[in-house]
Formats: sequence, C-alpha cells, structure tokens
Amino acid sequence: MAWEPRLIVIACHWCTYAGADLAGSLRYSYPPTVHIVRVPCSGRVEPEFIAEALIRGADGVFIGGCHFGDCHYKEGNYKAIRRFNLFKRVATELGVEPDRIQLEWISGSEGKKFAESMTAFDAKIRELGPNPLKGGAQ
Amino acid sequence: MSKPKLAYYLAGGCGGCDIAVVDLSETLVDVALQLDIVFWAPTVADAKYKDLEAMPDGSIDVGLVSGNVRNSEHEHIVKVMRQKCKVLIAFGICASCGGIKGLVNLHTTEQLLDKAYINTFSTDNPEKILPQTTVVVDGKYELTLPSLMDARPLDQVVKVDYYVGGCPPYHEHIGKAFMALLSGQLPPSGSWITMGKAVCEVCNRNPVLQGKSKKFATTVKRTIDGPPSEDGCLLEEGYLCLGPVTQGDCGSKCPSANVPCRGCGGPIPGVKDFGLRAISAIASMLDNEELVDQIPDPVHLFYRYTLPSSFLGKKIKR
Ligand code: SF4
Ligand code: SF4
Ligand code: SF4
Ligand code: FES
Repeated sequence: MAWEPRLIVIACHWCTYAGADLAGSLRYSYPPTVHIVRVPCSGRVEPEFIAEALIRGADGVFIGGCHFGDCHYKEGNYKAIRRFNLFKRVATELGVEPDRIQLEWISGSEGKKFAESMTAFDAKIRELGPNPLKGGAQ
Repeated sequence: MSKPKLAYYLAGGCGGCDIAVVDLSETLVDVALQLDIVFWAPTVADAKYKDLEAMPDGSIDVGLVSGNVRNSEHEHIVKVMRQKCKVLIAFGICASCGGIKGLVNLHTTEQLLDKAYINTFSTDNPEKILPQTTVVVDGKYELTLPSLMDARPLDQVVKVDYYVGGCPPYHEHIGKAFMALLSGQLPPSGSWITMGKAVCEVCNRNPVLQGKSKKFATTVKRTIDGPPSEDGCLLEEGYLCLGPVTQGDCGSKCPSANVPCRGCGGPIPGVKDFGLRAISAIASMLDNEELVDQIPDPVHLFYRYTLPSSFLGKKIKR
C-alpha cells in the first residue's frame, strides 16, 4: 500500500479546536491524514508530547494555539512558543527535519485558516516523506 | 545469617563512581564489614572475568554497574552480571542514562577515532595507526580488543532493578542507598533510589523557600560571564541552572558553590526524558522569546548526562 502520512495536530480547546469544528460546519475540506488531539491550552503541550508522537509513528506534529492576547490562561501560548522554539532547536540538532514540527495560532473563527494550514502541512510532509524516527520508542 | 554478597563492575565509566564508593570511608567500613565483596573489576579487587563467569547464577545478592555500555566487552560482562546478581543497580548517571560520556553518540566512531588518534594537536601518529579489534604479533600471537558500539545506558542491554544518579553519586547518598539495601528497605523494582526531591527543593538560593516567588530570567548568561550573586537563584540571574528537573540527592552541591546544576543527579521522578523536561522548565522561566535563541549549544546543555537515554537521541542522524 502506498504511504500515507500520519499527522498529529495538538489543538487548544478554546481556539484551534473550535477552528477545526468551524471548518467542519462550513464544509471546508482538509486532508484525512490529520488526527486531532485536544488540549486545554497550548501551554499544556510538553516537548515530550511532540517527541513521543514522532517516535511512535507520526510523520508530522502541528500545534495550534490562541493568538497572543487571546489565551484563556493568559500566558499559556507565550510559554508554548518558548518551549516549542527551544525544542525545535534541539530536535533539529539531533536530526529531526524542522518542517516536521510546526506551531501556529488559529482562532475559533478561523475555520478557513485551519483547513488551509492542514492542507499545507499535509503537502509539506508528503514532500519530506515518511518520518525516519518511527519506531524509535522503547 | 551469612553476609550479603556484592559484585561491582566498571563498564564505560571513568572510575569516579568506584572512588566515590571507596571514599565512603567510615560508613564504608561499617558497610564493608557487613558485605562479602566477591567481585570488583577492573579497579578495586584483583578479580578476573572468568571468576565471575564461574559463579553460580543468582548467587550474588547485589551487583553494581557503573559506566555506560560502550563496547562488546561491556555488553558481555553486564549480561554476566545480570545472570549472577539477584539485584542489579545502575550506579551513577553513566550507567543510568549514558552519562557525559554518552555524548559520543553525537559523532560517528570514525570521527571520534580520527580526533583521538590523528587530528589532535598533541598527537604524533604519522602512520595514522588506529586501534584494531584484532592484531597478529610476530606472525603468530593474535591479540584482540573489544569493538566500539554506540553508548547505551545499562537498561538498554539488561533489566535494571534500581538506578542511582550522580556523577558520581554523592557519598552521603551512597551511604543511605547501601543502608537501604542492607536493611531491605527498597522502593519497587525499576525505581531510582532517591529522596525524591529536586535540587531546587534543597537549594538555599531558592526564593520560593524564602517565601518569595521565582522571577523570570531576563538574560542568558554563561558561567564565564562573571560570578553570580551570593544567594540569589542562578536561574533568575540568567545562569541556566537545571535544578528544577534534577534529583537533589547531592544536597544542591553546585549552586552552593556558585555553579548552576547541570543535571548529573538524573531526572526527577516521573520524567522519562531528562532533556525534554529541562527544555520545558528552562523555556518557561525565560522572560521573552529572543532569549531562547541566545542559549548556547542547547544539546550539550540539556543532554549533558542523558543523551543515550533520550527519545530522539537513540535515532540521531549523523
Ligand atoms: S557517572 Fe561520572 S563518575 Fe561515574 S563513571 Fe560516569 S563519568 Fe565517572
Ligand atoms: S534554579 Fe538553581 S539556583 Fe535556582 S533555586 Fe533551583 S537549584 Fe537553586
Ligand atoms: S547540583 Fe546538579 S550537577 Fe551539581 S552535583 Fe547536584 S545534581 Fe549534580
Ligand atoms: S487557551 Fe488557547 S493557547 Fe492558551
């Protein structure tokens, strides 16, 4: 069978998850390779989640949070971007292709942006091919 | 009751852990009298591998392994240790998580040999002779050396019952660990022997312990950028101290000597990948995003002692 990417999207309940919902009700289509995991806030996303997703078989990990100023817990998204950027630096040095991991702010009213981001992410991962880290878990 | 039997093997380590046990001085005299040391190689006792191999399986009560598993000889002997010892302990951060020497995994064997035997400024090796796994001397004597492998923590080779952090483990902690062993008061198999507190929790620089709150770091500093304050939190001052995520069985030795914790105590309970948790903790303490990019050499900082046990480090592309 031809390879199909597996994309893990970790979405904040208050914004990106709602954006995905809206994309659905407005019938914007996005690739079926997307698997959404809902979290209470992007500040909940630990580097462990991303690394574990990558070694357990994800070809790409996308984190979606609220725009600055909109986080329900005030600074969760500020924390999220610092952790994400630092994790990305380390992961890249350890050989992970930087494009496999992405962070974006998508609000609950941006259903179209959600669908477009997913389509673009899917295309990018198809370009990169299967994740070589797969099966690295103990 | 006969004395418990103890075996000690130094694999890919520096011998510092051995010295830390020997240094127990008074405590060790007590402990040593209660123990029958049946094997300690290649350092303290005059024991041969074949002596260990000849012992009946499961006949040794406690086995300690220090150092990581880095070559075929280590791999063989730790397997023998596992067969012979009822309880096997990864002793020190090299055995537990790969240690500072686990950073070899960032390079290929060729790169490392090249550096060590050919390209170093002080090396004089015009014929470019490298260590070989076999060599025949005088046309008839075959000599062998173990072959190099990626560095691995002990638990990637055999089942480990307990982990003791530290580079080397702090002597008071070793004393407590031995006492726990001798009295049979051990946590469930597979755990770290630790008091379970982070370095921060026992650090006298910790503002939280003085009823104040911890402030964000507004700069990133290296230790060469000048000395820290007498009693302030190093992390607040911009020195990237890993005390929040490191087991504090050393009693916070480095911060009390003005040096940020580098994580040798191993990850606090519940953390599988030290570096990832350290990334999270440090990033959350930074005042702004720009500081993230100012951290010099994050891989060596966050994985100084634990690269071979990391999620991503096992599959490094080199
Ligand atoms: S943990 Fe430290 S002291 Fe012990 S063997 Fe490794 S490098 Fe040496
Ligand atoms: S971060 Fe370092 S200096 Fe600050 S309280 Fe923790 S251990 Fe002490
Ligand atoms: S402060 Fe940190 S680096 Fe220093 S001895 Fe303790 S655990 Fe090790
Ligand atoms: S609530 Fe959405 S990022 Fe914090």
